[in-house]
Amino acid sequence: MNDRRPAGENSGARGIVVGHGDLARGLVDAVRRIAGGAADTLTPLSNEGRSPQQLVADLEAMAGNGPVIVFVDLQTGSCGIAALASSRDNAARAVVCGVNLPMLLDFVFNRTQPVSEIAQRLVELGRGSIQPAQPPR
Amino acid sequence: MPIVLFRVDERLIHGQVVIGWGHELRPDRYVVVDAQLAGSGWEQDLYRLGASNKDVLFVTVEEARARLAEWREEPERSILLTRDIATMRRLSEGGMLAGAQVNLGGIHHGPGRDEVLTYLHLTEDDRADLMAIEAEGAKVTARDLPDTHRVGLGALLKG
Repeated sequence: MNDRRPAGENSGARGIVVGHGDLARGLVDAVRRIAGGAADTLTPLSNEGRSPQQLVADLEAMAGNGPVIVFVDLQTGSCGIAALASSRDNAARAVVCGVNLPMLLDFVFNRTQPVSEIAQRLVELGRGSIQPAQPPR
Repeated sequence: MPIVLFRVDERLIHGQVVIGWGHELRPDRYVVVDAQLAGSGWEQDLYRLGASNKDVLFVTVEEARARLAEWREEPERSILLTRDIATMRRLSEGGMLAGAQVNLGGIHHGPGRDEVLTYLHLTEDDRADLMAIEAEGAKVTARDLPDTHRVGLGALLKG
């Protein structure tokens, strides 16, 4: 069930996008160009130049105590490991790997459910958004 | 010769290793030499998630030194990883890595570290350890991925 809220409202989960190189910043920028201020609920974080320990520390500092979805580009490697380590034993966090633009666009407008439910919904939506496309005849 | 790579990489099992080097070297397993990880089951599980269903062993330096000859004789192709140079040095003592190539893959910026390459930042202790590794008969080069420029120890330590 969709529960649309005005962009910028503070209730609901926040999102942290963790990725290699400029991917996270690029995805958040793309959300902003499409969805406007709703993208304020997303924060990008790159693993560039960060040791594994620094990445976890920076992720922890960004996440704080509220509900957070950590979106990761690859489960493999430092981004995925940092995300999973930071969410261990923390019911207020969920991790979604294989982040794509459609799932972020849905998230920024639909984020008031418990994080585990949000994560499950976004996994299904993200998978569903990957499909071959044919032009209309 | 089934230890196909000895690599220092503070990220251990990650994309560059599994995809970049894995595509080139086709390992059957990863051996992570790290005392802390050898004793942490949940962290081992995290790293195994990224290993593309390959076998992963987590061992201490002492166990690795005891099993190096065994791994060299086995048919399984292994990539051996340490997260820091000091651990690789301890592994090399007594000529245990004589004739082997030690690859420096990634150490990021931190206190006391100088940038030597964009992916390699060294302390004075690291430099001493690298010289010690070569003194034990191994050859040290830096290369983050198989198709990037290989930098020898002399160039790394210059200046």
